[in-house]
Amino acid sequence: MTDGRPRVPGHRRILMFAALAIASVVAACGGDFPQSSLRPQSDVAREIDSLFRGIFWWAMAVLVVVEGALIVAIIRFRERPGAPKPRPVHGHTLLEIGWTLAPAIILIFIGVPTMITLWRIDRPPERSEVRVEVVGHQWWWEFNYPDLGITTANELHVPVGKTVDLRLRSADVIHSFWFPRVAGKRDLVPGRVNQLWFTPDSVGVYPGQCAEFCGTSHALMAMRLHVEAEEDFERWAEQQLREAVEIEEAGDPLVSVGRDLFFGAGGCISCHQIRGTVAAGVLGPDLTHVGGRETIAAGVLENTLDNLAFWINEPHEVKPGNLMLDMGLTDEQARQVAAYLLSLE
Amino acid sequence: MERTSTGVPNEKMLMWAFIGSECMLFGSLIATYLAYRGRSIVGPYEEELLNIPFITVTTFVLLMSSLMMVLALSAVQRGDPRSKLFLLLTALLGLVFLAGQVFEFNHFVHEGLVLGQNLFSGTFFLTTGFHGAHVTVGVIWLLTLWAMAMRGRLGPEKSLKVEVAGLYWHFVDVVWIVLFTVIYLMSGASGA
Amino acid sequence: MATADAAVHSERKAGGTYAGGLWSWITTVDHKRIGILYFLSGLFFFLVGGLEALLIRLQLMVPENSLLSAEVYNQLFTMHGLTMVLFAVMPMAAGAFNYIVPLQIGARDVAFPRLNAFSYWLFLFGALLLNASFFLGGAPDAGWFAYANLTSSQFSPGHGMDFYVLGLALAGTASIVAALNFIVTIINLRAPGLTFMRLPLFTWMTLVVSFLIILAFPPFTIGTIFLLFDRMFGTLFFEPSGGGDPVLWQHLFWIFGHPEVYILILPAFGIISDVIPTFSKKPLFGYPVVVYSGILIGFLGFGVWAHHMFSVGLGPIANSAFSGLTMLIAIPTGVKIFNWIATMWGGSIRFRAPMLFSIGLVAMFTIGGLSGVMHASAPADLQQTDTYFVVAHFHYVLFGGTIFGLFAGIYYWFPKVTGRFLGERLATAHFWLFFIGMNLTFFPMHFAGLHGMPRRTFTYPAGLGFEGYNLASTVGAVTTLLAVLLFLLNFLRSLRSEATAGANPWEASTLEWATSSPPPVHNFDVTPEVTSRDPLWHDGIAFPAVREEFHMPNPSYWPLVVAGGILMAAAGALVGLPVALLGVAVALAGIYGWSFEPIH
Repeated sequence: MTDGRPRVPGHRRILMFAALAIASVVAACGGDFPQSSLRPQSDVAREIDSLFRGIFWWAMAVLVVVEGALIVAIIRFRERPGAPKPRPVHGHTLLEIGWTLAPAIILIFIGVPTMITLWRIDRPPERSEVRVEVVGHQWWWEFNYPDLGITTANELHVPVGKTVDLRLRSADVIHSFWFPRVAGKRDLVPGRVNQLWFTPDSVGVYPGQCAEFCGTSHALMAMRLHVEAEEDFERWAEQQLREAVEIEEAGDPLVSVGRDLFFGAGGCISCHQIRGTVAAGVLGPDLTHVGGRETIAAGVLENTLDNLAFWINEPHEVKPGNLMLDMGLTDEQARQVAAYLLSLE
Repeated sequence: MERTSTGVPNEKMLMWAFIGSECMLFGSLIATYLAYRGRSIVGPYEEELLNIPFITVTTFVLLMSSLMMVLALSAVQRGDPRSKLFLLLTALLGLVFLAGQVFEFNHFVHEGLVLGQNLFSGTFFLTTGFHGAHVTVGVIWLLTLWAMAMRGRLGPEKSLKVEVAGLYWHFVDVVWIVLFTVIYLMSGASGA
Repeated sequence: MATADAAVHSERKAGGTYAGGLWSWITTVDHKRIGILYFLSGLFFFLVGGLEALLIRLQLMVPENSLLSAEVYNQLFTMHGLTMVLFAVMPMAAGAFNYIVPLQIGARDVAFPRLNAFSYWLFLFGALLLNASFFLGGAPDAGWFAYANLTSSQFSPGHGMDFYVLGLALAGTASIVAALNFIVTIINLRAPGLTFMRLPLFTWMTLVVSFLIILAFPPFTIGTIFLLFDRMFGTLFFEPSGGGDPVLWQHLFWIFGHPEVYILILPAFGIISDVIPTFSKKPLFGYPVVVYSGILIGFLGFGVWAHHMFSVGLGPIANSAFSGLTMLIAIPTGVKIFNWIATMWGGSIRFRAPMLFSIGLVAMFTIGGLSGVMHASAPADLQQTDTYFVVAHFHYVLFGGTIFGLFAGIYYWFPKVTGRFLGERLATAHFWLFFIGMNLTFFPMHFAGLHGMPRRTFTYPAGLGFEGYNLASTVGAVTTLLAVLLFLLNFLRSLRSEATAGANPWEASTLEWATSSPPPVHNFDVTPEVTSRDPLWHDGIAFPAVREEFHMPNPSYWPLVVAGGILMAAAGALVGLPVALLGVAVALAGIYGWSFEPIH
């Protein structure tokens, strides 16, 4: 036989495991996690979070008991020199029944709240006050408000305290709509319409992401949820309804040259819409009020002149595989178009 | 036969297990057929195309081939020289069935039901096509056994080979009965 | 017809030793050699999959990294999953099934030795075909579960997905064929007196897994055929514009995919159910329950598939049914954990390498199982699915569970296969580094997921709080790499160490330890008669005085020919009809050659 035997690992393992766990828990509670499902800000998210926490504590209890028994066993019953041969025990019916029933009972404590929550959040709400139609595209989000006549992209505005009712469709492949702070996910499946609702309870801006692998730039299909006070929402809605409004910067040459490029040599109107103009393309996001958005390229870049120009000129650097063609503009021309777009607030 | 723990020959047990797997295979095809029934967006549709009287005849032919198979096995086990005839008849009836399938497929294609036409075309051709492929394998197998019998190499001591082939053949037949029921009898077609 | 010349090509020389040379390996039908081939191939692909994982972790080490492009990353995570599941874990388990099960049941080989060889070659060709895609235009890049309709020819132009379908067709068929062989072997070739309730647990789990394979793979086969036809012939199975439903793919995939995860874990459960009693010097606690719970898990495993689809919108009735059934399956799974601990309890535990890994499995699988219970609650899962929380869960059960179990088996049975021990000091270091590395890699992922990090993302933005977790995971991955290197060093060194392991170096109780290490070609000089469970502990084995008449099967090249023909036919789907037809012809000729070749 070879080599000496290793020393007892028992207590070292406990310490190491505990250190890891504590470090992780500390990291989890502290710090800022804007996209966290553990910081719910809506009725649905709070219900799910509360259900999860219940299950979590049951799991912790089981974990402590089981790992504890394992650790005790391997410490207490390690081979000792000269010890007698262990008594062969083939089973113990009562014990086995007990440890079959115990998990079953715990599962009831997990299962019943599960079913209650499931049926509550999976059934349409009595009243929905804001209806939104979401259309998933590779790799951006189209948002339409049918009752309000608004079309926008990647930035979803809703009033606080009102029930939002979302109908989810896809223009191409399966995507998944996910704002963890306000709801669980729901897939967008081509050929069917899914439904999701929530009532947000806190004003704020919350990030979200596509949560079903949808191709090359799936990781770059983000979005922002703006939950605002009623008046702010109404002001935003009014603004969105207006046709393209340029902020007239006194004689800013960039903007007017950019406008000409947009409607001319740039070729942008074949894919993009700006309401109130001849631009009526539907392949890409609606740009009527793009200047007022906080981010562009589906939450990937902050909406600044430099970023927007870069996005226009190098769409495949920003989002590999996307449908936006390289329109062959020079850097200067891209800045001009970007200036025009930024003026469309 | 070598000793086995159950008394069942290994080859026979293998075939039974294989048949279990095949049930899941055909089950998935049938489930898809049922899920997509009536959901074709464009025609031609099943009600217009399926010819039940014609397929009833070919179904009968396949059933008769199973009868021939039973007779073939019994003959081989007894050392009866008619085993050659029964094996050949099994295979030939199988071929007639296949000819009927080819005829039907051809007719459908002429009516505009190409493979990618609609949901009916995809599910129909793949389900019945898979079955037809299984029949084809069976026919080749049976003709091989017939050739062996013709050379005097299929005596009663080799009857297990015929029994296993028979299990396969009867399974393929049972699958057809299910397909005939689900695809033809349960459709809205009357036959033209 | 050409036949193999029995006298010249017999694997059995006088005294029961092996002929050498490459040709003898290519034409082998000996379950032990096939087991070694499976294991070494699986180990190779484990390293390939590990490399893919390392690259993934390096890319994700920091936010907005540009080490790998999106296109390359998406191929890597797809192939990592496929490789680990189908070309690493399953073949390594198959290696154990092949080598050990016939020995454990007192048989001389499996029921159909040539079929056994065929399934090995077909698996290898499938693995090579799929991996060839990296060099032939790009590997599949839609994830291992390849959801439609992203996989259509419209959204996945190029041949990656075609390689997926064809490579998996070969590998899946190979698995089914091997499983059929094992079902017949275990049911029909047991030594006299070896009743089902006296079988070693590893053999029992092999039987359950074999049934799962033959029943679970066909729906996936059908799904991939639908995909192939959609891509190549314009059918509409998953095409929304034609009325097809992409969700059909998900159903077909997961009806396979869920039983598949039990296919992956049950062999590991079987291994540690043999190892723990040996190293506790106590019989398995509650043997019948461990058997029945294994069968029940296999059965229930077919009823829970849509718990992978809670966000699809199937409706509350479907979601509650699958949620409830998933919770139910936790019971037979959890009970096993208690049985293993109870086996150790009151025992005399030796902490040799096989036992370290077994204890590791019990500890890690408990964690993975508990996160699984969290997923089982459908509403809670709506926050967890498709995030790193799931990635944490399945790596705990697959790595902490299956991989640890497989290594327990490797360290346990290496002496039986080679007559040598794997070095204990390196083994212990391997275990600890693996344990630390695995936990450091995957534990933080629970948090990243709950805090909103979706899976299958080639990068993530700064500012969402994911940085620390990802960095820790990458450090863990490198640690794991070190552990694997230690193992490889140990493995290669030990192959040349002194052959000091006798027939039963661990003082174990099952039949494989009743013959020499390594066994002769014919396994046992005389087929034993068994009169109890754990026969070597209870004097429950007797060798009759008179050896029965037996013939070992001759080697054959027909299995390789048929597998080669099928590979050609599959390649023909990509290259052209002539090649495909040639492949079919070769396969058919091979089948005829095989059928008319005398086996003895």
